[in-house]
Amino acid sequence: MPRPEDLRPVDTAGPVGTAGYRPAGPVLVAAGPAERVEREDTAAVGAGLDALERTTDTRPPAWRRFLSGAYPPVIALVVLLGLWQVAYTQRWKPEYVLPSPASVWDTFAGMVSDGSAFSVIWTSVSRGLVGFAASIVLGTVVGLLLFRFRWLRASVGPLLTGLQSLPSVSWVPMAVLWFGLTDGAIYAVVLLGAVPSIANGLISGMDQVPPLLTRVGRVLGLGPVGLMKDVLVPAALPGYLAGLRQGWAFSWRSLMAAELIATSSKLGLGLGQLMDQGRSLGDPPTMYTALVLIFLVGIGIELLFFRPVERHILRVRGLAPAT
Amino acid sequence: MTVTLQDDSAAAPSPDDDPRVVPPLPVRPLGAAGVQIDGVSKVFRGPGGSTVHALDSIDLTVAPGEFVCLLGASGCGKSTLLNLVAGLDRPTSGTVRVSGRPALMFQEAALFPWLTAGGNISLALKRAGVARRDRPARVAELLALVRLSGTADRRVHELSGGQRQRVALARALAQGGQVLLMDEPFAALDAITRDVLHDELTRVWKDTGRSVVFVTHNVREAVRLGQRVVLLSSRPGRVVGEWPVRIQGPRTIEHTEVSALAAQITVRLREEIASHAEA
Repeated sequence: MPRPEDLRPVDTAGPVGTAGYRPAGPVLVAAGPAERVEREDTAAVGAGLDALERTTDTRPPAWRRFLSGAYPPVIALVVLLGLWQVAYTQRWKPEYVLPSPASVWDTFAGMVSDGSAFSVIWTSVSRGLVGFAASIVLGTVVGLLLFRFRWLRASVGPLLTGLQSLPSVSWVPMAVLWFGLTDGAIYAVVLLGAVPSIANGLISGMDQVPPLLTRVGRVLGLGPVGLMKDVLVPAALPGYLAGLRQGWAFSWRSLMAAELIATSSKLGLGLGQLMDQGRSLGDPPTMYTALVLIFLVGIGIELLFFRPVERHILRVRGLAPAT
Repeated sequence: MTVTLQDDSAAAPSPDDDPRVVPPLPVRPLGAAGVQIDGVSKVFRGPGGSTVHALDSIDLTVAPGEFVCLLGASGCGKSTLLNLVAGLDRPTSGTVRVSGRPALMFQEAALFPWLTAGGNISLALKRAGVARRDRPARVAELLALVRLSGTADRRVHELSGGQRQRVALARALAQGGQVLLMDEPFAALDAITRDVLHDELTRVWKDTGRSVVFVTHNVREAVRLGQRVVLLSSRPGRVVGEWPVRIQGPRTIEHTEVSALAAQITVRLREEIASHAEA
């Protein structure tokens, strides 16, 4: 609390005139001697407030977080394998239905060591990635257009939402009808599965942008395009990412369905085809191996791509959970 | 350059042809008004043909470098008036003349959470036409001005409420306009932080020579900050009183002269609010 004798007189009556007035451009600090307009301790009080408000990162180190995150699923997996082994030794099902974990492991290890597992995975994953990349482009464009033009949204929006709830497997016969047994048919199914999710994720993300941020954008002088690029899309990123994730899940599932149904020697051997091959050759360990590989790819994409990206996006905004 | 907004009720204007989307200002002669509001009225039409007269023939001139506080109870159209000056809305009648694009601050800092503190300021600089290579230095300069040096890389959520408002102030200054509009910017802060920011705002205003239009419902805050306090009535908003603040020396909110004038203005404000009880 300043006493009157601490305060030095400054004339604040009437307009201050032209001190520091710069007509154009963001030049800030006026030339000339600075006059004291604040209390002596203002800077110190401000710094004290800042220091008191400072938060510290209380997260445990990365390796500890990794370990504490990795333990529970590993335990669950071990329990699952144990149950499988018990089911096998008790002969609950004949061996051609439920092979032993060891025989599946042999097939799996064999495919990994001769490299055929990777070529099968790559055939499927490359299809998935190409289809998904195309879906991102298409879904983003569709989402932006639908957000920008109300009439388009009113007409096409419900259709898109309807498509989203349509199981994309049901596109497989259509796609084969249109494109024959080609990669084109597989890509068509992947696109039809992913595009609606991605577009809807982007739209709902932009719908949820606080109006205040849009106002700030307009005050900053952003036009419709700038507003979209600098405010709406970055603000919608969490919703957009949720759409991408769902889009990937849909396209991966529809890809597997397409590979299972569209099996042809003209198409490369993907995971779905591998499983179908195992079925037609009466080779359960191959079928189970294909299932494990499909599962591993799903987990891998989630852990290597979506999880880190999501964590980053949320942490930057202060939305991530503490762990 | 002066941007003139007039009501063109014939054709509803779309946001696309907003005449305020203009490049940074050319030189404007000194002595001209920072903000000139002539006979501005604003009528909102509600559902079922009901109308709300938010503002009624407001005349207000803010000189370059002047600090004016707009005071009023709720429903006096303070925020509507700022929106009109900021170009976010158009008056039903009358004209608003502003030298250049005004900056607008809100009760919330409304920083973009996906950008750092420096990134928020940098975006405003980009829109003001500052070249990319000049922006980091300008960001540092602006952060130093609001006493936040070294926080350029901090995320918005890592800043306290007071720090966020200071970054918002730096962003508003980065826009380069000569007019700073503030819509109860300190209302959500605790008393000590608000006190510090009063000092900071006064210092920054003196340093930069901006015209400030500061809206508040806090009478003492208005007297603490303004060179002139303008009282608006409620529904419709009209200018019903005006007080020059002639207090020598640095003011604080506890200053006896501040309290005395605030008490005087409060009497008038209470009369104005009480007059609505009869209806």
